[in-house]
Amino acid sequence: MEYRRPSPRMWLARQTVLGLSSLILLAVLGVAGALLAGGGGAVIGIAVVLAFAITSWFVERGRYRSWGYLERDEDLVVRRGLLFHRLTVVPFGRMQFVDVTAGPVDRLFDLATVQLHTAAAATDARIPGLRSADAAGLRDRLAQLGEARASGL
Amino acid sequence: MPAASSQAPALSGTWCRLHPFSPVARIGISLGVVLVIGLPTFAGQQTPSGQTVDLVVVCIAAVLVVAAAVVSWLVTRWRVVGDELQIDTGLVYRQSLRFPLRRVQAVDIVAPLTARILGLAEVRIVSAGTGHHQHGHLAYLSNQDAALVRAQLLALAHGLARETPEPPALPLFHVDNGRLITASLLRGPWLGLLLLLAIAAALAAVNPGGPAGSAHRDSAEAVASLVSAAVTGVLALGLDVARTVNGDFDFTVGEAPDGLRLHRGLLQKRHETVPYGRIQAVRLLQPLLWRPFGWARVELDVARQPEARRQGEARQLSHLLAPVATLDQARWLIGRLAPGVPATLTRSGAPPRRAILRAPLAYHYLSMWHDGRWLVTQTGRVRPALVIVPLEKAQSIRLESGPLLRALRLANLRVDTAGRRWVAEALCRDEDEANVLVERLGGLARQARRLSW
Repeated sequence: MEYRRPSPRMWLARQTVLGLSSLILLAVLGVAGALLAGGGGAVIGIAVVLAFAITSWFVERGRYRSWGYLERDEDLVVRRGLLFHRLTVVPFGRMQFVDVTAGPVDRLFDLATVQLHTAAAATDARIPGLRSADAAGLRDRLAQLGEARASGL
Repeated sequence: MPAASSQAPALSGTWCRLHPFSPVARIGISLGVVLVIGLPTFAGQQTPSGQTVDLVVVCIAAVLVVAAAVVSWLVTRWRVVGDELQIDTGLVYRQSLRFPLRRVQAVDIVAPLTARILGLAEVRIVSAGTGHHQHGHLAYLSNQDAALVRAQLLALAHGLARETPEPPALPLFHVDNGRLITASLLRGPWLGLLLLLAIAAALAAVNPGGPAGSAHRDSAEAVASLVSAAVTGVLALGLDVARTVNGDFDFTVGEAPDGLRLHRGLLQKRHETVPYGRIQAVRLLQPLLWRPFGWARVELDVARQPEARRQGEARQLSHLLAPVATLDQARWLIGRLAPGVPATLTRSGAPPRRAILRAPLAYHYLSMWHDGRWLVTQTGRVRPALVIVPLEKAQSIRLESGPLLRALRLANLRVDTAGRRWVAEALCRDEDEANVLVERLGGLARQARRLSW
């Protein structure tokens, strides 16, 4: 079975955030460099910001690509992590509740994060970057499956 | 027996008050607190005027405490109707607590020192769920009543007739008190204190008393501060040792059909039940200083832990199966709880040899084993810890690998349970093996859950 991926909009949202913050940083560091050390300073400042932005872009892309989830018959598998790979398997019967959250940036891009909670605090099953409608659908499906397969502690 | 019959109406549905001496038992503690705080205050006062003010304050506090206890006793009533325990309490904020007995997890009897002197005991009802008033307290009943009430509540909780006597507990294990005291004295922090004292002694030896030069004075100050730090440490450790010995004195484990029975305590006696189904994990720990003696500790992880922690009584809760035991005893106990589980892992469950590059110290302890019902993992750097998790309790399975682990084609496997204390960790497994294990353990856990239902 193929892992399902977050929506490409998530990548768009991440890139937008990265681009905007880089622009602000570019302006700040460029001006600061120019004031402190003239034209050469400005160039150094801009180069630093560009290097930072390019590195972040690759890291973000890797992170975005590493997310994946798989709904199977009995459990949900979530994988993530670029440097530190993590794979979490949560049986549907163990789900205590599911919540859907969306921050301001997420809402702008019509995205949401689905998070599963079990009785174990260490369980970390989070699926970010789903379209709101998909997230609501997944939440309902998970809640239904959780109810059907619920078992006690 | 007139005392026993005094509470019988409550068990058959008539509202009853608690034992008339319960305010006295309750005050015993609070009055102690008032006196401990109050007496030094006015003992330290010099002026007569200050003394009277403090005396008045202390007296008012004492009267308030007494009044509160008496009122609390007056307004508290309880009874058992059908299979529900009902407790009404509170003067200003009335509380009506209802405990469906079928959901009761355990019924414990706790007898603090003051209550023991009066021949009273508190019955504590632990129920499932995470409400604010999850625990019911009947403080206090006479000793016979407490035993009677506990037996009947347990019978009702198991869906049996009310008069069913408490199932007989088979005594499993008793901890030798001498060994308990010795073992609680053998703690890692002592080594730190010894080091501190050694440094102090060395400093004193290097700079023996001579003409009062500045270097000498400095070193004398250093010695003094080291010694005072050591004394503080000794006091803190001593208190901790005393608390452990007090709490776990005469530790006895019994085995009943519905769960474990724990009896312990020196000043405060506790009789607790741990239903088998509530055990989320068992851990066998061999502290470094105990290893020359071949001693180990067996600990339990139960799901009620977090709630109890919020109530600030985590320390007092039963989370020990044996505060100290020989390795053979510990293994035997684990065998009783988890039949068929090896309490010593062989090297056959060890990770591949290349894992030594990732975990040079821990490698010799790393190991895992599983069958259809249990997962056993061993970890540790200086002290081996064996964690046994029933697969039916698995909440989620995680697979993790960082850059170094991936370069060695290794991965860490973790199985979480609802207990909050430990996670079963099979570290540094071969990548392919770990991938297979995730699937296999997931399937086995599913089967185990079905079987247990």
